[in-house]
Amino acid sequence: MSGQRSAFRAARWNEPLITELSESGARGVVPPAVDAGIVAAVGDVAAKLPAGARRASVPDLPEVTQHRVLRHFLRLSQMTMGFDVTTDMMGTCTMKYSPKVHDHIARGARLADLHPLQAEESLQGLLELMHRFNRIMCEISGMDEFTFQPASGAQGIYTNACLIRAYHESRGELGQRDEIITTSFSHPADAATPAVAGFKVITLMPGDMGFAGIDTLKAAISERTAGLMLTNPEDTGQYNPHIREFVDLVHEAGGLCAYDQANGNPLLGVVRAADTGFDMCQFNLHKTFSAPHGALGMGCAAVGVKEHLRKFLPRPIVTDNDKGGYSLDYDPGDGIDRIRAFIGNVHAVLKAYSWVMSLGAEGLRAVAETAVLNNNYMISKMRNVPGVTIPWPANNYPKLEQVRYSFEKMSEETGVTSHDVIDRMVDFGVQHCMPSHVPMLVPEPFTVEPGESLTIEEMDHMLNAIKSIAEEAYENAEKAQGGPYNAATTKIDNDVPEDPDCWAFTYRGYQRKKEMWTSDQRRKIEHHQGGY
Amino acid sequence: MAAFRLGMIVNPIAGMGGAVGLKGSDTPEIVARARELGATPKSPLRAGEALAAIAAGNADIEIVAAPGEMGEAEARAAGFEPRIVGGRTGIDTNAEDSVRIALEMANLPVDLLLFAGGDGTARDMVRAIGDCIPVVGIPSGVKMHSAIYATNPRTAARMVLRYRQGGVPVRELEVMDIDEAAFREGAVSAKLYGYLKVPLLPDLIQGTKVSGVSSDRTALKGIAARIVEKMMPGRLYILGPGTTMRAVADRLGIKKTLLGVDLIRDGTPIVMDASEKQILAVLDGGATIAVTPIGGQGHVFGRGNQQISGRVISRVGIEHITVAATVEKIASLRDNLLRVDTGDADLDSNLCGWRRVITGYKTDAVCRVSF
Repeated sequence: MSGQRSAFRAARWNEPLITELSESGARGVVPPAVDAGIVAAVGDVAAKLPAGARRASVPDLPEVTQHRVLRHFLRLSQMTMGFDVTTDMMGTCTMKYSPKVHDHIARGARLADLHPLQAEESLQGLLELMHRFNRIMCEISGMDEFTFQPASGAQGIYTNACLIRAYHESRGELGQRDEIITTSFSHPADAATPAVAGFKVITLMPGDMGFAGIDTLKAAISERTAGLMLTNPEDTGQYNPHIREFVDLVHEAGGLCAYDQANGNPLLGVVRAADTGFDMCQFNLHKTFSAPHGALGMGCAAVGVKEHLRKFLPRPIVTDNDKGGYSLDYDPGDGIDRIRAFIGNVHAVLKAYSWVMSLGAEGLRAVAETAVLNNNYMISKMRNVPGVTIPWPANNYPKLEQVRYSFEKMSEETGVTSHDVIDRMVDFGVQHCMPSHVPMLVPEPFTVEPGESLTIEEMDHMLNAIKSIAEEAYENAEKAQGGPYNAATTKIDNDVPEDPDCWAFTYRGYQRKKEMWTSDQRRKIEHHQGGY
Repeated sequence: MAAFRLGMIVNPIAGMGGAVGLKGSDTPEIVARARELGATPKSPLRAGEALAAIAAGNADIEIVAAPGEMGEAEARAAGFEPRIVGGRTGIDTNAEDSVRIALEMANLPVDLLLFAGGDGTARDMVRAIGDCIPVVGIPSGVKMHSAIYATNPRTAARMVLRYRQGGVPVRELEVMDIDEAAFREGAVSAKLYGYLKVPLLPDLIQGTKVSGVSSDRTALKGIAARIVEKMMPGRLYILGPGTTMRAVADRLGIKKTLLGVDLIRDGTPIVMDASEKQILAVLDGGATIAVTPIGGQGHVFGRGNQQISGRVISRVGIEHITVAATVEKIASLRDNLLRVDTGDADLDSNLCGWRRVITGYKTDAVCRVSF
């Protein structure tokens, strides 16, 4: 198996942007001309648009033949490394197998053909599913009500920040309570989203065990504390054992506590957010609950609250009605009107529902136990990889689902950095690994999360890849630094994705910005585009 | 138990450049210039403080001191009867004296060598004794990028007494220095000069200053925007050294003295690269001190910014100190501790405790300040 993969070689197409493929007059499909009778009956379809919304000129869309469009996107897809193509242990991302049968159900006409503006009487099946899954999530978390409106993990965390804001606003204390406390190894969205919601953010730094202590929290708490927003276990895979005291202290100070469980994998069926006193929590259905993720598409965060916060949830909420069916409750309540339109990415909800129903309660706990066991298997082997250390050696608590390792020793001894190792991994047919969220607090970080889906052979293959690269670092540092060699692109310079001047979200933006690039920026970007 | 021999070498001119804003004392010209500017020797006082604390420990310790101001005088003042090695020295002692005397002590041998100085002195020790005998460094220089130094004279004394008791392993730690000429021009580039063996008491030594920690540019911009937006008309802003404070000056369109202290009022530079005396001279109304800890070792005061002296801090008031750092920098500090070593023990203890540190436009961290 591994012999086969060591010969890994990715497809490498020197593929231009679709806009650069444009040839004037090229067409994929030429639709028939509109019948004269229809034109006469309908008239100018754009006439009712307000002047400001009408285009003065035709949009500059690429003109490309159908087969060239197909080749373009198939080539791009060949150059990607998804979970279905290669082994993936991207730390903090909870990559796992997404059962194909769930995709199949979601693609079926019974869901795909629904429209969010259909009358609710004709949506009863979907609403029943949403309602049932709501009850399931309440059981898993100990919360009393869920919304599935947020379309991403960060939007779910943002929803929590908005709930905290709405709560204090309703009590007339928002002017006084303007600070959210988080920890340095929580997901960065726990700091970023309350800032967007208007709060100031206080970060607790880790103590010598790698997690924040009670004294640090006490120093941060004041009459200005609006709430606590954190992940646990943190990015380091370390569960903060003081969590109950944290929650109690923040409650005593008048704040609310939000549990970011984007990655709830290690605790399914083990401990519930409500059991540790949290007022609200959030899961990413596209992580723990197996709905596919990556490429920032089709996410769904399940945000749950205790009874006292139900009235602040975004609307509509799916409720069961007295006719034995289900309704959408649009009653605005006291809080957030909505985070996003309609009731959420229902495809993700359906996949998560299917996943939970196929596993049952015992199966969910088995997911958590297997994910933790796999991670500890990886730890036992990673300890023997030259140049690898686990930060906070004084901390002997077991790690849960992931670990943030450090290649600092290797980097000091050989000059090969974690970035180099991550790049080189692709040559072994395994996906590059997550180094760390920012800010990067562990030197030369490397975060591995095997999850519950992988076989021991896949984990061994991954470990062999890391070990081979580490040995290479000590024997032939230059080679270890130069990878990847067999991937779709060559080494990527992180200066580009980190420099806002180099970003372009549209082709128009790209054309405008590229005139302003320095020769150094241009060289780096062209290297990215060409791949080699 | 046979008497424990402790070597004592003081570099009497170490640290003279600090309070007068000269960023080092490596050459005789700079020392002369420092004297002209009214600098007084600091290292004898700090060595004396350490020796007094050692004497108070009542341990059976024999002091082997360099002559005169290079150790003998400080040892006698602390109540010791030192044995003198190294013969006579000239009126103005120099690096060669330190090297020669350290070598003599190593040959004697001494069990532990205590020395007072800065990075230059540590480099002299590397040259003289390398890893032959363990050392304890009393931080008394301007630049102290080297990891080997105790956090202050009192902890240096504690290290000596703990090591004297036995059972303390030693460990080699880095001796770093930066090019003083480049430092005065505003470029920081620390170089590793070697290693010294230091008793392994991690809480008592300062750790290495990290030069050019990869800081999040966005966070620096956020820190700068926040500090500048909070600036009040007519108020004096005392900006300490470093790239974090340079971001603040950048925001104001002022070219910061990277390793000096700049005084700003109403968005206009008042005195650039100010000395302690110059700061005190313009301190009439309300003022704010804005500083960043030194990466790696965490000193907020007393390392590289001695111009913002205890007297300056007391006049400004502890409540008017703004500390800013990126989260990465805080993480580079041992136990995320901020440290102070103003030379005024009472002030140091008043500065201790938990402190909010600005880490971005709307973000803070809470950090503990300690000696």
